[in-house]
Amino acid sequence: MTCCGASLPDLPATGTGDAAEIDDTINGGPRITAFMVPSMHCAGCIRKLETGLSGLSGVERARANLSTRQIEIIWRGNEDMPERIGKRISSLGFDNHIVEADTDQDDELRRKGRHLLLCLAVAGFASANIMLLSISVWSGAEAETARLFGLLSGLIAVPAIFFAGSPFFSSAITALSARQVNMDVPISLAVLLSLFMSLYEAMIGGGETFFDAGVMLLFFLLIGRTLDHLMREKAVSGVRSLARLIPRSVTRIDEDGALCRADLASVEPGMKLRLLPGDRFPVDARVIRGASAADRAVVTGEAGHVPVGPGDKFEAGVLNLKSAIDVEAVSDAQTSFLAEVMEMMKAAETSKGHYRRLADRMAAIYTPAVHILALATFIGWMVITADVKSSLVAAVAVLIITCPCALGLAVPVTHVVAANRLFQEGILMRDGSALERLAEADTIFFDKTGTLTDDELCLDEKPALDDSMAAVLHALAAKSRHPAAQAIAASYPEAEKAGLTGFVEHPGIGLEACWNGSRLRLGRLDWVAELDGLSFDPEAGSTAFGIEGGRGFSFHLTSDLKPDAASAVARLGAGGFQMAILSGDSESNVKHIAAETGIEQWHANLTPRQKVEKIRDAGSNRRVLMVGDGLNDAPSLAAAHVSLAPASAMDVSRASADFVFTRPSLLAVPFALNLSKAANRIVRQNFALALAYNCIAVPLAVAGHVTPLVAAIAMSASSIVVVSNSMRLAVAGGRASAVPKLSETAPTLTPMTPPPAGIAA
Amino acid sequence: MSHLIVLIPIALGLGFLGLCAFIWSLKTGQFDDLDGAAQRILDDEEAP
Repeated sequence: MTCCGASLPDLPATGTGDAAEIDDTINGGPRITAFMVPSMHCAGCIRKLETGLSGLSGVERARANLSTRQIEIIWRGNEDMPERIGKRISSLGFDNHIVEADTDQDDELRRKGRHLLLCLAVAGFASANIMLLSISVWSGAEAETARLFGLLSGLIAVPAIFFAGSPFFSSAITALSARQVNMDVPISLAVLLSLFMSLYEAMIGGGETFFDAGVMLLFFLLIGRTLDHLMREKAVSGVRSLARLIPRSVTRIDEDGALCRADLASVEPGMKLRLLPGDRFPVDARVIRGASAADRAVVTGEAGHVPVGPGDKFEAGVLNLKSAIDVEAVSDAQTSFLAEVMEMMKAAETSKGHYRRLADRMAAIYTPAVHILALATFIGWMVITADVKSSLVAAVAVLIITCPCALGLAVPVTHVVAANRLFQEGILMRDGSALERLAEADTIFFDKTGTLTDDELCLDEKPALDDSMAAVLHALAAKSRHPAAQAIAASYPEAEKAGLTGFVEHPGIGLEACWNGSRLRLGRLDWVAELDGLSFDPEAGSTAFGIEGGRGFSFHLTSDLKPDAASAVARLGAGGFQMAILSGDSESNVKHIAAETGIEQWHANLTPRQKVEKIRDAGSNRRVLMVGDGLNDAPSLAAAHVSLAPASAMDVSRASADFVFTRPSLLAVPFALNLSKAANRIVRQNFALALAYNCIAVPLAVAGHVTPLVAAIAMSASSIVVVSNSMRLAVAGGRASAVPKLSETAPTLTPMTPPPAGIAA
Repeated sequence: MSHLIVLIPIALGLGFLGLCAFIWSLKTGQFDDLDGAAQRILDDEEAP
């Protein structure tokens, strides 16, 4: 070993940027990054953002999208460009969050959406034209005209049905080849059977044709399917972004002391590694040399700094902040803490995939019932009349009438209306199943820091200091990046004359410097009290500032509760939800916040695994809603029945949450819960309406009384009823927050006072 | 009867034209930002 802790240069803290990232980035072609800008709402905002960003060097083009509240930026340059763009957007006065980069999966999803829309357009065109021809037939056209119109309808219907029906046919074939039956099987059967039957009728010029029914069926179902598809927000895998935290290569210290780069996969327990400031622990490791500070936010969710010294053990993903240290690996890359977290998330995501949506559960009962009914009708008619044609007509009528038009529309329309309502209140939803799962939640677990409280610390009470001392305190505190020091620095005014010398930062303990020949300390109370002539009241606070031989002051630092946290909790408590805090923070802090918000149950010092276990335990007989933001919450967000994350959350957590709320107020939680329950009620009502419709229409179809006219009216009527019922949701739920509506905050144009008439004339 | 021979192709042709127009507008991304388009018209390009 050539190096030892004492001789290591005390490099300045580099923050969270990976200083040692020697990964060369290819600064070639333009790249696209999208930012979520929730507060963008008018033409002025669009203009301000677009012109403001186009002026930034490296930005090729900026295009705002008001519908999605996103701005897409095409840029060239270094890796830090997205960060700079984000800062520029902030400086223009807009909150913003980076949106995960597009993947092939998203492209695939978008292509599918486009195809559905195209099918919808074709089905709409065909059904409108066929309906036009059909109406004249129904209103009593001459036999010859009727025949011509029948053939024309067939001419339009055949290509339209084969093109627009392709999503249903392919899905039905997939299901059948897997020896399963889904909703698309009776749909395809009804459409194709009616098409061939009608073609036959049109050719021989005999009876009635069902072209309109088949195409209209596709049209209605495609509306539902397209809406459903539009809902599916990018479901980015959280696992992938977590993997980014692990450095791909490490600096190994060989037996002879030489440093060399090695692959992460080659790390074995016992191997000695060098970590520079800004490096993350690649595997779980024990420190052997050096002293530094570390950010354990990955494990605890708290952004505080902890001291690092020989013998301390840290988990993979922990960020080394202050100076270079040597560590000895105690795990390899596959068994490290971070690998374990990723494993947990993968497991949770697959188990969530087993959730079956309400519509699917309904379909499982509905589909066989429809098939049996149609078959029974056919057999029944064969027994009575022994006429294949009329039996087949009756059976096809049953299939068409029972086709889940209303069912297929009922759920997606409700979900789209709900998603729009949530979007207005700044809540983004991942997909429709999330809304159903949210409605089932009866227990809520909150993370503390960043969820119930703001990330930043603040001074409870500001001790009165004279001007020179205040200036010194500011100067001392401003030298550190520790959140507590920064909160103190922000509370006292900056002054020119503070002449500090010999500044030292003791990680996890405090700051020390010299001023006019006397020693100053800011930090842990007991440590500051070691100075001569200082004594503190231990009740007054845990952080202190003192000058040798002078006076001492103590501070009580707390993190502020988020606006409306207490009222949101009170509202949820009134709604009968069980609540608990799951935090990685220390007991005293959690207890304090629990008392302030009025949440009775709380658990402190939890590791991510323990959080997941708590959720699993509760999940055996209850449905858990997890609200959290930290890296350490990502697995629990994925494991919970349903989850919510603030937009300020780490992207890993945002990606694994079902809902993301973009406004600071926690009232989003009760609002989303209420809306989901209202949506669920409406979905159930719609099912009841669809069932009632079937109760009336099915006997008619079985009895053979369904003419094409009856089928057309019945299908449209039931669809209109469920869609209008769903629209009621648009006004349900009240307001999520006291934030004025966007239109109210929009700058109003002040009309210019007209000049006095005399001057103008 | 003879007028139908003329009118029906016209009706269908107009419908088909509408369909083509829709497909074209879809492909050129005109449905990507409906709210934004409504607001952008207020933005005066020549404004100082």
